[in-house]
Amino acid sequence: MAIGLHNSDFKNPVVRWIDQRMPIFTMMQKEYGTFPTPRNFNYFWNFGALAMVNLMIMIATGIFLAMHYTPHTAYAFDSVERIMRDVNFGWLIRYVHMNGASMFFIVVFIHIWRGMYYGSYKAPRELLWMLGVVIFLLMMATAFMGYVLPWGQMSFWGATVITNLFSAFPVVGDWIVALLWGGFSVDNPTLNRFFSLHYLMPFVIVGVVFLHVVALHITGSNNPLGVEPKGPQDTLPFHPYYTAKDSFGLVIYFIVFASLVFFVPNMLGHPDNYIPADPLVTPAHIVPEWYFLPFYAILRAVPDKLGGVLLMFGSIAVLFVLPWLDSSPVRSMRFRPIARISFLLWTVCFFVLMYCGAMPAEEPYVTVSRIATAYYFAYFLVILPLLGRLERPLPLPESIARAVLGGGPLPAGAAAKPMEKA
Amino acid sequence: MVGMADSGGAAATDGTPRRDFLNLVTASFAAVGVGAVAWPFIASMQPARDVLALASTEVDLAPIAEGQAVTVMWRGKPVFVRHRSAAEVTAAREVPISQLPDPAPDQARVQKDQWLVVLGVCTHLGCVPLGQKPTDARGDYGGWFCPCHGSHYDTAGRIRKGPAPRNLEVPQYAFTSDTKIRIG
Amino acid sequence: MLRSTLKAFAILGGLLAIAPAPARAAGEAIAIPDTRFSFDGIFGTYDRASAQRGFQVYKEVCSACHSMRLLSYRNLRELGLTEQQVAAIAAQFTVTDGPNDEGQMFERSGRPSDRFRRPFPNQQAARAANNGAYPVDLSVITKARLGGADYIFALLTGYQDPPAGVTMMDGMNYNRYFPGHQIAMAAPLNPDQVEYADGTPATVEQMARDVTTFLAWAAEPELEQRRAMGVKVILFLTILGGLAYAVKRKVWADVH
Repeated sequence: MAIGLHNSDFKNPVVRWIDQRMPIFTMMQKEYGTFPTPRNFNYFWNFGALAMVNLMIMIATGIFLAMHYTPHTAYAFDSVERIMRDVNFGWLIRYVHMNGASMFFIVVFIHIWRGMYYGSYKAPRELLWMLGVVIFLLMMATAFMGYVLPWGQMSFWGATVITNLFSAFPVVGDWIVALLWGGFSVDNPTLNRFFSLHYLMPFVIVGVVFLHVVALHITGSNNPLGVEPKGPQDTLPFHPYYTAKDSFGLVIYFIVFASLVFFVPNMLGHPDNYIPADPLVTPAHIVPEWYFLPFYAILRAVPDKLGGVLLMFGSIAVLFVLPWLDSSPVRSMRFRPIARISFLLWTVCFFVLMYCGAMPAEEPYVTVSRIATAYYFAYFLVILPLLGRLERPLPLPESIARAVLGGGPLPAGAAAKPMEKA
Repeated sequence: MVGMADSGGAAATDGTPRRDFLNLVTASFAAVGVGAVAWPFIASMQPARDVLALASTEVDLAPIAEGQAVTVMWRGKPVFVRHRSAAEVTAAREVPISQLPDPAPDQARVQKDQWLVVLGVCTHLGCVPLGQKPTDARGDYGGWFCPCHGSHYDTAGRIRKGPAPRNLEVPQYAFTSDTKIRIG
Repeated sequence: MLRSTLKAFAILGGLLAIAPAPARAAGEAIAIPDTRFSFDGIFGTYDRASAQRGFQVYKEVCSACHSMRLLSYRNLRELGLTEQQVAAIAAQFTVTDGPNDEGQMFERSGRPSDRFRRPFPNQQAARAANNGAYPVDLSVITKARLGGADYIFALLTGYQDPPAGVTMMDGMNYNRYFPGHQIAMAAPLNPDQVEYADGTPATVEQMARDVTTFLAWAAEPELEQRRAMGVKVILFLTILGGLAYAVKRKVWADVH
């Protein structure tokens, strides 16, 4: 072994030669091969890998779409329709990209929900969680700017409304809005910079995803019991157990994805975006894409402009401090009966807000939005901090292996057979 | 990524080759899927249908005097249309075919003796040869001369000297009347 | 544990399923009747004869005011017309081309690669000729309206006299299915307005059905290819899913 070379265990001479000089194979083997992973994951733990795949799909289709797209107000709409009509398989690539955004949000919403339900944000995974929130914010910005690019009516008016949000901020508001617009309204300079940023941001997301994974591989994954693995009996090597499980989940995800793309590609979109942008005519009813609806409802629940904007940003920002708001030492909601009900109610509120966001800003939706918004924040700011002190959690299993494989008395909640049998 | 890259390779890591039938079939299926996904992306980079549809240009030959030439655009490339003099036609036909780097009789390159229609793209590396304007250098053989790397073409647009491997390409065209052609 | 997780899944799934619905349901509350079209359903295809007749209706009626700027005559090949027929149709129109060698724009007869001729040079001219109302471009109209083809068909057949008590604005026409019921476009189709070459009686409903089929094709020319590919992809994925599940079961067999 020459000095300075990495000590590689690989037999294949080519792999070994590379690995000695740059141990990426050793790294892959360590992080995705033998990586000790809790043995009791349920299918909720598929969604991180799915999100990763989804990001790759978005980048691949996006790069090919950019080869045909023209970021100019006079040509954007037509160039997108040209992709749909004249470019070979252009319709496929565009519909995959378009519905891929929706799939991405479905996957990430479930991923976040899982983190909240099983307490994945708690120590020592706070930074992992916060990086995830950063990814989510970047995703939202990317999705918003991407939606502007086809330059339909919803693109234009969505861009107008969302950029105007920033005008709510005192002193710097108008300056920020002008900075976003590059002019006096949403116009060609806006479209150009949105295209540039829309192309850039996914690669920023890739970078943060990398950090997210690095942080994950330091702390290791959480699991449905929320009990840290105590030894080899509690874990399985990532490969082949979770590669096999993720592969199966991936195919199911592809089936859902393909059903959208091939049979109802425009179901999640809005018909108005097939009308070219017209700065003189506002559509009767502006709604953002479905994945922004809950936040849009929070915005509209507040009668004050600045207050609404702050509350909307606050609804995401509060996630950053969630690890410190929830003071309970127990991670999984399986062992927190009251917190569990509170969280499921929060989930209902999220969907209620989504529904209200799609409805016109009139009664009863305004009142319903306000109640749901109040609960949305109360859950984080009041219920979780209080429950940490007041709630009596159910007894935790001694270890994952004990809970999974049985043997000895187990708490009622953990006794059922784990998901993997399904 | 994680799942896809490793699917079916369940047996490879521990060194014992458990490559049983099920894993093999699954891996093959996944590989077919990945291959099928690659195709639309590659195809999308091929010329789109509107590009292919714009592939014809009409040229009116009447204003082109003998000895003159015009350049027209076709598929984003220049096409040389030259009204050859009798001397030029003779010069092109007297050359023994065997002496040409890319042998082709003049008759096979024209539809009417006096009208030569060729793509104005040097077959070496794609420059536009000189020789369309009366003041241009026409090279040693009275046809065209490519200034990039010194290829000489004769009055039939055939390569005679220099690095270019082939004669100037003759596009598909047809006479729609005595004085009009449609290229493409 | 299994039970509760499944329950959570069920709730989540159920809510996800209804979540997108309101986004589309919002707005005008006029019920659009469901019309049977040849292209409905997963295996539906465009009735070519109907779409060709629909093109005739568009050419002879709608195109007086409505452009279809995203379509070219060559696209008609996909409706089953021959190259000669398409060339003949294109040649009926004059298009402005140029500049020529003298720097002048000139007129020539249309070619298959030309876009559909537009009735007005720009939006302002279109408005000026139509009392300020803008006849919208019809290229993607079935994708651009809630209800799609059903709505277009309903609109075309939805003209009637205003009900008692409704005051119509000047120059407006009453339509059952138009949002607000007052539409600037007068009833465009009248019985026997076009003469079909194949002898199909040109009733208003027939013409509306034909032109709607044509417009649906124009908006989504990829639809048949898309669905056919989708069926194959889903079949492939189902098999792959079965295999992947079998592999997963086998891998996990020794753990429990």
